[in-house]
Amino acid sequence: MTSDATSSSRNDTPSIRVGLFVTCLVDLMRPNVGFAAVKLLENAGCRVEVPELQSCCGQPAYNSGDFSDSQRIARQVIAAFEPYDYLVAPSGSCAGMIKEHYPQLFATDAGWRNRAQQLAGRSYELVSFLHDVRGVAELGVARTGSVTYHDSCSGLRELGIHGQPRALLGKISGLELREMTDSNVCCGFGGTFCIKYPKISEHLVSNKVADIADTGADTLLGGDLGCLLNIAGRIKREGRATKVYHVAEVLAGMTDVPAIGDAELPDGAT
Amino acid sequence: MKPTSSQFKKSARVALVDPDLQRAMGFIKTGFVEKRRAAVERLPEFDALRRSARGIKEHTLQNLDFYLEAFEERVIANGGQVHWANTPQQACDIVLGICRRAGAKRVTKGKSMVGEEIAINEALEGAGFEAIETDLGEYIIQLAEEPPSHIIAPAVHKTKSQITELFHKHHARYGYTERQTEVPGLVDEARQVLRGKFLSADVGITGANFLVAETGSTVIVTNEGNGDLTNTLPPVHIVTAGIEKVVPTREDVSTLLRVLARSATGQEMSVYTTFSTGPRRQNDLDGPTEFHVVLLDNGRSQMLGNEFHAMLRCIRCGACMNHCPVYQGIGGHAYGWVYVGPMGAVLTPLMVGLDQAGDLPNACTLNGRCQEVCPMGIELPAMLRQLRRRQYQNRQTSAVSRMALAAWSFLARRPRLYRRVLGAAVASLAWLARVRGRGRFRHMLFAGGWTCARDLPAPQGASFQNQWRKRRQGNQS
Amino acid sequence: MSDAREQVLANIRGALNREGPLPDSIARSLQGRLSRPRANLKPAIGDDLTAYFIEKLESVSGKVTRVASIDEVAAVVARHLESFDLGDALVVAPDPALQGIPWSNRLRVERRAAAGGDRLSVTGAYAAVAETGSLVLLSSPESPTTLNFLPDDHLIVLHESQIVPHIEDVWVRMRRDKQAMPRTVNFITGPSKTADVEQTIQEGAHGPRRLHVILVAD
Repeated sequence: MTSDATSSSRNDTPSIRVGLFVTCLVDLMRPNVGFAAVKLLENAGCRVEVPELQSCCGQPAYNSGDFSDSQRIARQVIAAFEPYDYLVAPSGSCAGMIKEHYPQLFATDAGWRNRAQQLAGRSYELVSFLHDVRGVAELGVARTGSVTYHDSCSGLRELGIHGQPRALLGKISGLELREMTDSNVCCGFGGTFCIKYPKISEHLVSNKVADIADTGADTLLGGDLGCLLNIAGRIKREGRATKVYHVAEVLAGMTDVPAIGDAELPDGAT
Repeated sequence: MKPTSSQFKKSARVALVDPDLQRAMGFIKTGFVEKRRAAVERLPEFDALRRSARGIKEHTLQNLDFYLEAFEERVIANGGQVHWANTPQQACDIVLGICRRAGAKRVTKGKSMVGEEIAINEALEGAGFEAIETDLGEYIIQLAEEPPSHIIAPAVHKTKSQITELFHKHHARYGYTERQTEVPGLVDEARQVLRGKFLSADVGITGANFLVAETGSTVIVTNEGNGDLTNTLPPVHIVTAGIEKVVPTREDVSTLLRVLARSATGQEMSVYTTFSTGPRRQNDLDGPTEFHVVLLDNGRSQMLGNEFHAMLRCIRCGACMNHCPVYQGIGGHAYGWVYVGPMGAVLTPLMVGLDQAGDLPNACTLNGRCQEVCPMGIELPAMLRQLRRRQYQNRQTSAVSRMALAAWSFLARRPRLYRRVLGAAVASLAWLARVRGRGRFRHMLFAGGWTCARDLPAPQGASFQNQWRKRRQGNQS
Repeated sequence: MSDAREQVLANIRGALNREGPLPDSIARSLQGRLSRPRANLKPAIGDDLTAYFIEKLESVSGKVTRVASIDEVAAVVARHLESFDLGDALVVAPDPALQGIPWSNRLRVERRAAAGGDRLSVTGAYAAVAETGSLVLLSSPESPTTLNFLPDDHLIVLHESQIVPHIEDVWVRMRRDKQAMPRTVNFITGPSKTADVEQTIQEGAHGPRRLHVILVAD
C-alpha cells in the first residue's frame, strides 16, 4: 500500500483527494516520475488516485491547430478529473494546457467553458502544488552532489514556476544548486517543433547543453519530461557525462534507477 | 519586396552554419537583450506603463476611424495633405505622383518599415528617381542589395569586415579609397558620403512611429539624425505610415515613448524624437514647403476585432525578435520578407499569404518569451497557434503530420486502447534497449527528425498505467 | 484617392461592426479627450530637477557647463571652438534670447539657418526635460531646425528655469503659452549616434558629433 513516510501536511487538514494526471511522456517513457509524484503527494497528506480514463492533455492537437480533437480530449480529461479536489501533473506544459488553455478552448461553449474553468482553478503542476498549496517544508531526503535546473518555458511563463523547485531542492541536505546562464531560455523541444525543424532545434539544444556543461554540475534537473528527454538525448549524443533526472525523482529520493538515457545505475546513488 | 518565405527551411539551414551571421547574431544578446534588461530594471514603473500603453492602443483601435479622421483634419488645418491607400500599389502611386509633380530627381529616405512593405524604393527607381537610404543600417543593406533582417537594426546580420568591404567598393567613386576597418572610420565615411545626398535631395520620405490625432503630427524616434535631415532639408516631405500608428494625444505619445526606446534598444529616450506638423510656416528659415502623409491599410483593417487584433498594438520595437531563440539562431533573412521574428511570423503570413509563408507560424516552440518582453503584451504565441489552426482547417499541413496527429488523437480518445497499444509498444522498445545494454537509441524508425540531432532515450519499461493497474490488482487480491 | 479613403474607413467600420461613423455622443466625448488631454502615469524622479537633468544628459555623452550668467556664454563657446579645433566661424540662431551675447571680435558670427559646411551652431531652447535629459527645441524664424542637425557641434544656451520634470510638462507649457505646434518639435538627448556596426555605439552619425549645453543659473 502507500508508504507511511513522514507526513509533512498540515496536521489538521483532512486528507484531500488528488487526481494524478500522469502525462503521456511520464506514462510511456518514464513511469518512475509518476511513482515519485505519488510518493511526494502522499507524504504531503494527499490521497492519490489515478483515473484510468486519461491519456493525453490534448496539447499536441491544440498546438497543431486541430482544435476539435483537442476539445474532445479535453472533455475527457475534464470529465475524469472534476470529481477530485485537485488535479496534479508532473509537467508544467500539461498543467499549463489544462489551467490556461482549456477555458480558452471552450470560449464559445458556455457549459464546457465553465467546467474547464472550475477544473483549471484546481489544477496544478506538481512542484508548485507541493510548495504553494501543501506548504511542504521537509522532504527527509539527502543527496550529495551538484545540480543545475532548467526552467521549462510553459511552467515558467504560463504558471510562474521558478522559485518553488529551487526552494524544495534547497531542503535536500548535501545538494548544491548551480544556476546556469540562460536557465529560462528554450531548450528547443517545443513539441513537434523539434522534429519538424530539427536543425533549428539542434542549435537551441546544443546551446542549452553548453550552458549546462559550463556549470560543471553533475546532474541536470527539470520539471518537464519533454525538455529533459530532448536535453538528455543531446547530452548523450555529445558524449557528455551529465546525468538527467526529473526533479520529482530527486525530491522523492527515488533516483535508484538509471538516469534518462542511461542503462546503468548511477554510482553511489543515495 | 518579393517574399521568399517559402524557402524558409533551406534559408534557416544555411543561416545556422553561416559563421559570419552567427557571429553577428551573437551581438544581439550582449547588445539589445542586456540593455533592455538593465533599462527595465532601472524603471520601477515599467509594467504599469506597459499596461497604460496597451490601454491607449486598445482604446484607439476601437475608435480607429474617428482618430484617423481627427488626425487628417488637423494635418490639413496645419497646411499638410493626407492621402489614403488601401493597397501597396496605391501607396506607391501616390508617392510617385508627389515626386513627379515636384519635378524630383533625388529622394532621401529615413527608415520606414511601411516603405519596405510597399517596396517604395523599387517603385521609385523603376520610375527613374534616385532613392537613397540614409539610416546607416538601411544604407548598408541598400549597398549590399539585401533586404533588412531586423525591423530596427536592418543590417544586424552584417559583420564589421563585411561593411568595410562594402564601403571600400562603393565609396571609391566619391574619392574615398582608404579601407576603413574600424567603427569610427566607417561611420565617419558614411556621414561624409551621405551629407551631399541630404543637401541635394528633392524629396524626403520618412516613416512614423506615431501619428498624433490631437495635433496632426507625425513622430519619428531615431538616433542618427538622418530622419531629421530627411524631413527638413528637401522642399517636399512625405510620411508613410500604417493606419494603426495613430494615437490620440501628445500625452499618450509620451507614455508610449517611455516603453518604446527601452524595449527596443534599452535607451531611456532616443537621441532624436521629432514631432512634425505640416510644412514650413511663413517666415521659417528652413523646412519643406509641402508636407504629405500617406496612410496605408494593406490588410490592417481586416485584423480589427478578430483573433489577430492584438497585432495592431505593435509599436515596432523589435524586442520580440531580440529575445526569440529561433530568430537569434537563424537571423531575419530566413523569414523571407520585411517583417521577421515573432511579429513577422504573424504579420508576414497575414500580408503575403499563409500559403507563401507556411513555415513561419510553425518554426516556433511557443516558449512565450516574445510575449513576455512585448511592451504591448501582444499574445504572439496564441496568434501563431491561430495561424496553425487556419492551416489545419485549410488542409495546408503535410499529409504525414495530419495522419500522425489523427492516429495519436484516435488513441488518446480511447484510453484503454491507448494503454494496451502504446503500453505494448514502449515495453518492446524498452526490452530492445535492454537487450543491447544501452539506455538510448541512436537511430529510430520514423524518428529521423529526432535522432539526427540527439539520441532517443529508451522508455523505462512497462507504462505507468499498466504498472499502476498491476499494483492495484495485486493489492486487491 | 478619395475612393481609397472611403474604402479604408468602410473597412475599419465594418471590422468594428459599425454601419457608419461613431454616434455623435461618443464622437463628442472623444473630441473632449482630444481637447483636454490628461497625462497618464509619470515615473518618479528626484526633487532636484537641475541635478537630475544634468545626470541624465551626461550619461548619454551630452556635455553640460554651468555658468552664473549669460555673460559667460561667449567664453564657453570660444573655449569649445578652440578645444576641438573648429576654427573661428559659428552660426547663431536669430533668437532674441541670444541677442545680447558679446561674441569675441576674432569670431565670425552669422545669424541664419545652417548650411552644409557649418561646424558649430549656438541655439536656445524652448525647454528641457529632467526625466530624460532632453532639450526641447521648437522650429520658428528665430530657431531654424537645421541649426540642430547640420553642424558638427551644437551648443545650446539653457536657463535652469526652463527645465521641467516630465515630457508631458512640455505640452502643458506649450498650451499655457498658447504655443501652437510649430513645424517641428525636437527632443534632443545627446549627440547623434548609431549602433549599426556590430552593435558598437558610435557617436557622430549624421547629426552633431557633440552636444554641449551651457546651463545658465537663474
